[in-house]
Amino acid sequence: MKITFPLMGNMYIALKAVFEELGAEVIIPPKCNKRTLELGTLHSPELICIPFKITLGNYLESIEKGADTLFMWGGSDPCRIGYYNMIQEEILNTLGYDIEMICGEPFKNLKEIKSFLNKLSKVSNTSNYFKLLPAFIKGIKLIYEIDEFDDLVIKTRPREMIKGEVDKLYSKFEEEVNGAKGYKETLNIIRKKKEELKNVLIDKNKQVIRIGIVGEIYTVLEPYINLDIIKKLGNMGVEVHRSVTSSEFIKEQIDFLPFINSNKEEVHRAAEPYLNTEIGGHARHTIGNTVLYSEKDFDGVIHLLPFTCMPEIVAQSILPTIEKEKNIPVLKLILDEMTGEAGYSTRIEAFVDLLQRKKEAYTQ
Amino acid sequence: MSVKVGIPRALLFYEYYPLWKAFFEELGAQVIVSQKTNKEIFNNGIKSAVNEACIPVKIYHGHVLDIKDKVDYLFIPRLKSICKGEYICPKFCGLPEMIKYSINDLPPMIYPEIDFMKDKKNLKEIICEVGKYFTGDSTRILSAYDKAYLNYKAYKESVNKGMIPMDGESIIKETSCSKVKTEDTKKIMIMAHSYNLYDTYMNMSIINKIQSRGVEVLTPEMIDEEYINDYVHKFKGNIYWTFARKLIGTAMYSIDTKNVHGIIYISTFGCGIDSVVGDMVEKHIRKESNIPFVLVTLDEHSGEAGINTRMEAFIDMIKWRDTSENNISANG
Repeated sequence: MKITFPLMGNMYIALKAVFEELGAEVIIPPKCNKRTLELGTLHSPELICIPFKITLGNYLESIEKGADTLFMWGGSDPCRIGYYNMIQEEILNTLGYDIEMICGEPFKNLKEIKSFLNKLSKVSNTSNYFKLLPAFIKGIKLIYEIDEFDDLVIKTRPREMIKGEVDKLYSKFEEEVNGAKGYKETLNIIRKKKEELKNVLIDKNKQVIRIGIVGEIYTVLEPYINLDIIKKLGNMGVEVHRSVTSSEFIKEQIDFLPFINSNKEEVHRAAEPYLNTEIGGHARHTIGNTVLYSEKDFDGVIHLLPFTCMPEIVAQSILPTIEKEKNIPVLKLILDEMTGEAGYSTRIEAFVDLLQRKKEAYTQ
Repeated sequence: MSVKVGIPRALLFYEYYPLWKAFFEELGAQVIVSQKTNKEIFNNGIKSAVNEACIPVKIYHGHVLDIKDKVDYLFIPRLKSICKGEYICPKFCGLPEMIKYSINDLPPMIYPEIDFMKDKKNLKEIICEVGKYFTGDSTRILSAYDKAYLNYKAYKESVNKGMIPMDGESIIKETSCSKVKTEDTKKIMIMAHSYNLYDTYMNMSIINKIQSRGVEVLTPEMIDEEYINDYVHKFKGNIYWTFARKLIGTAMYSIDTKNVHGIIYISTFGCGIDSVVGDMVEKHIRKESNIPFVLVTLDEHSGEAGINTRMEAFIDMIKWRDTSENNISANG
């Protein structure tokens, strides 16, 4: 059995290590590229959101490389994500691929973690919880480590003394981590690169603009979908903060466990005056985090969402009020397969320019 | 003077109006409904809603604008889930907020949260929450609801029998409808969310257009809920949207019972649910049957000629199928 899964930023590093720990052969889809999206779009329903199209593209490219088992998140959120696996399986079957789909549900209680472990046992041919549980915990640990590493990258990039040093280090990191096998090797590489990153010369006193990123999880985490906005902003001298990360997402799922603390409550409290209920996707987080960014003196917020994303459209209609009441500029960027990079970059540059001027005027 | 409650004639209005109207009137309130969708409502809605919203939600904004200055309260329930284990649509969940932050100078809103995801246990509380705007007497509120519910049931039954609720005002009074029925009429199933199906401005009177050509129209509301549920159970995968269950069940019922000669699916641009369900339904129909199928997607540009042409061609094709399908000259 050769297992694969869709890409969502750096999540693949942890998934790969977990499956390898369990003894499965893992095929990582090629980094998302133009062909991935084109392939996915070609076989997807026309008006579905871009995360669906790109993940389908990931599958198709992995199947070409020999994958026969697909791993995907499922669930029954009011938004479309819960239907992904069902439609994608149908599309792949219609295309004549004989594949098996293993679908993980979001963890809402211990029972669901257990059922997830049972699904993992399909992959590893072991139903021994003493093997499965440690692999599961190692995976979560890796996700934390990667997110910490990414946060450090984001902080360092706008302040680096030698331009391009962080990007160089990052591509080295990707190369090495792809070659690593299993938990230990992967962890070592992340830690080693983190040390190297700490040695990058930075300008500690540099005044940087701070932008918070809110929105739908795929558009925030997958660089190909958001046209590498985080790197782009970093190289423009902007410090970015991602409100949505894989580790935070998982923390929120399992924070019913006594030793896990997530920001969920804080975010919900901040969102309360504007939206006091769960409506699916990350809408409530988008609202809450925008409020929090304004309170934490961020200079601006960028809202990323896929075209026709249902929950984010609700958030989008509330954001202009927050923008006014909390006095924080918000740029909305809607993404789909038609998004042209030039127009997109122009808008980001103009936004950063605006924030810069605003900040200068304020400090004078 | 009695209290005036405004109900926008959009979204789930076509499903629940008889219930809401009777309930409020029993409590002594006056119910004001927005006009039927017209050009002004349509355009105002598009202007005031966020660009990316779907047309039905935009139209809802237009209806709110139409009545907001004429009423003391606006009734905009937050409909999260109306069936166990199912959601409606994220935009319905956030509708009160979308309205609140898109439209200025609103009268107070009555927006109870309807969430029957787990069970209907809190139905009584919801009823009392809404009723207390008009009276403090909870017995009166609950008996008003009981009466309203009977009204609603009667309405559902008549729709089930084939009445088409063409416009809200006559929903309750109307017991017969403009049905065309002779022995050899063709039948077409028109599938859509009820607000796309029964808003005649929105869909450019598609039902009338088809009826006027001597074809009988069926809608998903005319299929027994029990049948729909039975069929959906056979569908592979977990269906957790109420609209999806209804539409997929209807399609499967039609395929299995061969009760129609054609199926038209009316969808709107930007509808997240239809992007999934429309596709599933189309694939299923094409795979499992030879019933002619057409998907019509409506958007902000109301080009009626395009709809007319497609509907005429579709009906001609169905009629033609009977007589000449097997008699085509091999030489073309």
